[in-house]
Amino acid sequence: MSEHITHVEEHRDDEASKLGMWLFIFTELLLFGGLFLVYSVFRMQYPANFHEASLELSVTIGAINTVVLLFSSMTIAMAITAIQKKNKKLTLRLISVTVLMALIFLVNKYFEWGHKFEHGLYPGSDLMHLLERGHHLYFSLYFFMTGLHALHIIVGMILLIICYVKVSKGSITNDRFVFLENGALYWHLVDLIWIFLFPLMYLIS
Amino acid sequence: MENHGSHITEYKVLVRVLFVLLLCTFLTISVTGFNLGAFTVTIALLIAGFKSYMVLSYFMHLKYESLLLRILVSMVFVLFIIIVLITFIDYSFR
Repeated sequence: MSEHITHVEEHRDDEASKLGMWLFIFTELLLFGGLFLVYSVFRMQYPANFHEASLELSVTIGAINTVVLLFSSMTIAMAITAIQKKNKKLTLRLISVTVLMALIFLVNKYFEWGHKFEHGLYPGSDLMHLLERGHHLYFSLYFFMTGLHALHIIVGMILLIICYVKVSKGSITNDRFVFLENGALYWHLVDLIWIFLFPLMYLIS
Repeated sequence: MENHGSHITEYKVLVRVLFVLLLCTFLTISVTGFNLGAFTVTIALLIAGFKSYMVLSYFMHLKYESLLLRILVSMVFVLFIIIVLITFIDYSFR
């Protein structure tokens, strides 16, 4: 009996945890995929309107946000390298940098949206109803898709903060870090979606 | 078994990937500055496709994951492309 107990291993399967996270990511990809499909059909029907409406967006802010997200994606990937190398302090720092980048992204988004709201351009506003059909569709899709993306940024931030707490408490360590890996996967997903959102929303010629 | 999950991606590899991604972003912005007609969006999407490949393989670590996972992920993208194609065939023959 005692021999048995010494051989008892903790029941844990990191591969399966990751597979589960990926399955969830698939649903997210198809959710945004559906929106991209709607976008491309309407863009095909109103190419000129989509181009004119996209000129309202600031390419500079969009580009800054792209750089911010790409950078944050690297820092969270580095956090996994750091935890594997048993460097707890660096892991914590890298997670904080990632969360800070997420915050910068949201602040940029706040000013970007705020600017549009000031001009009376927001979903359901009087101005929106007066716009041409193509413009109306573009801005509806713009607000919905970037809004849904921003929601994912907020969720990602919360997940990363939980990761931070777990690392500092010591429940994520160099030999059990699948939670951090899954949190990072979610964060990369947010980056992945933005890679397509940026050229399709900001750069229409 | 040992090879899975125990792979450590070096910091410098991640930095290099970031540089490639930033270069691609710069390229996308400059390409869309020219008016190449329908090619502009095609090029922008091809670059975005390459960028997502980089993010998936290095940042999301797929390059070092099991074959099962890699096949599953590519199937999702194949599925999406099929959906797009069918939708566009439908719209162009209406």
